[in-house]
Amino acid sequence: MTEQTILYQGAEAKIIKSTYLGNKVVQKQRVHKRYRINEIDDFLIQSRTKEEAKVMGLSRTIGVNVPIIYDVDLAKGCITFEYLVGERIKDIFDKITDEERKHLCERIGMQIGLMHNAEIVHGDLTTSNMILVEDKVYFIDFGLSEINAEIEARGVDLHLLMEAMESTHSTHASFFSSVIDGYQKTYEGDVSLVQKKIDDIIRRGRYR
Amino acid sequence: MITLGIEGTAHSIGIGIVENQNNYCNVLSNVIKTYRPETGGIHPREAANHHAEHIANLIKQSLTEAELKLSDIDLVSFSQGPGLGPCLRTAATAARALSLRLKKPIIGVNHCVAHLEIGRGTIKECTDPVLLYTSGANTQVIAFAEGKYRVFGETLDIGIGNCLDKFGRSIDLPFPSGPIIEKNAENGSNYLPLPYSVKGMDIAFSGLLTRAQQYIKEGKSINDICYSLQETTFAALTEITERAMAHTEKEQVLLGGGVAANQRLRTMVKMMAEDRNAQFFVPRKDLCVDNGAMIAWLGYVMVNSGITMNIDETSINQRFRTDMVEVSWR
Repeated sequence: MTEQTILYQGAEAKIIKSTYLGNKVVQKQRVHKRYRINEIDDFLIQSRTKEEAKVMGLSRTIGVNVPIIYDVDLAKGCITFEYLVGERIKDIFDKITDEERKHLCERIGMQIGLMHNAEIVHGDLTTSNMILVEDKVYFIDFGLSEINAEIEARGVDLHLLMEAMESTHSTHASFFSSVIDGYQKTYEGDVSLVQKKIDDIIRRGRYR
Repeated sequence: MITLGIEGTAHSIGIGIVENQNNYCNVLSNVIKTYRPETGGIHPREAANHHAEHIANLIKQSLTEAELKLSDIDLVSFSQGPGLGPCLRTAATAARALSLRLKKPIIGVNHCVAHLEIGRGTIKECTDPVLLYTSGANTQVIAFAEGKYRVFGETLDIGIGNCLDKFGRSIDLPFPSGPIIEKNAENGSNYLPLPYSVKGMDIAFSGLLTRAQQYIKEGKSINDICYSLQETTFAALTEITERAMAHTEKEQVLLGGGVAANQRLRTMVKMMAEDRNAQFFVPRKDLCVDNGAMIAWLGYVMVNSGITMNIDETSINQRFRTDMVEVSWR
């Protein structure tokens, strides 16, 4: 048995540091929730594990920075990943200079553009789910991701990041426009349509 | 200081009288009258007429229950938004009249923030919660962060109460349908799959509602559909609440809004809290639903922190966002 330490206990999974075939790895172990009935619990754990592994594999092939997957165990709801050494964007976002932040946001947007080109929707774009490794932005936690070709889904994806920036980095929330600038550089579709969706979603939200 | 609060954002008109006792909310009276349409949902103008008809008597009743005279009131607070325009205007008009007549200050407050503050005000250990606020129109996960109450997650389409009511209407249940759906669900046990729509910390119900309505047409057991509807929507609500707790690193959860009366929802959120070693709180039932006491208490808290309002600043705001409130008291 290899030595295991819990790095983080998230809302839906435990993130465990371990070793696999001699490599330092991170395991994402989805946990059962007592509060939901087995039918929903099993369905969510299995479908999310499967979808996550599938989408991450695809992401890597199209140039999105994601950790390498070593193993997927659907029955256990466990994925084994490469161990990344870097910093969470959430932790550094408010500490860097405006110029660095602008550059960082553009790179975030460029990566999201690549995902959307491949019809990948991350589903949980928050700064806690991005890791800066040297100068590359890595994306983790594809647990709510899906393959979806609709412009609406892309709008929801970016709108979520906008909201996350407003709630977590409220003093620098205006840098969301730099995310869009970066997005524009890689996204092959019509950015104005996606922007229109974001505006629609903002308006649709209650009491805005 | 004794504060009278007037709540009138939707189907309920409520008058509450509260007093500060060592920074703790002492509810002296809390009377509520609810408009129940004979058919269909809430008609804003008819709800407002209902409120106008009952408001004067409710004020008298609240004073009698609190054993106070009108002249004992030091502050008049009212729900400034969000909500239905005609209802908000009725409550605001009454508040202005009362304030001018008594020559006492007036304050307009945010209804959603009041749901959170009444928890903090009446439950001593509840200091910094994540609020799961579930009612007819509102479904929000709110917490205090960086100087404001912020919405971490919310419905992308309709409120959970609205979802339950719309489903209820398709099987001819009266409004509000939640309590009957809850009873039916207790007799259901066969889970019928429904779309589970969680986007980060946001949630959507309309697709699920459509599928549940299709099950009715397919002749599935109403009890099983109610059971599946509750299990799916409440699991999703509990999940986004847990996500917000993990994200904000808070260790308390508070329920608020009419749907918080549902025992199954309470059980699920309580289990989630226990499993994360977090504290779970629900205010007394009359303080969970739309009520005047919470409006009175938030009004007091705001005035006590130095906020004042002139009559010309008391216009209602139907789209009063939770994060528009300047929080000077925390």
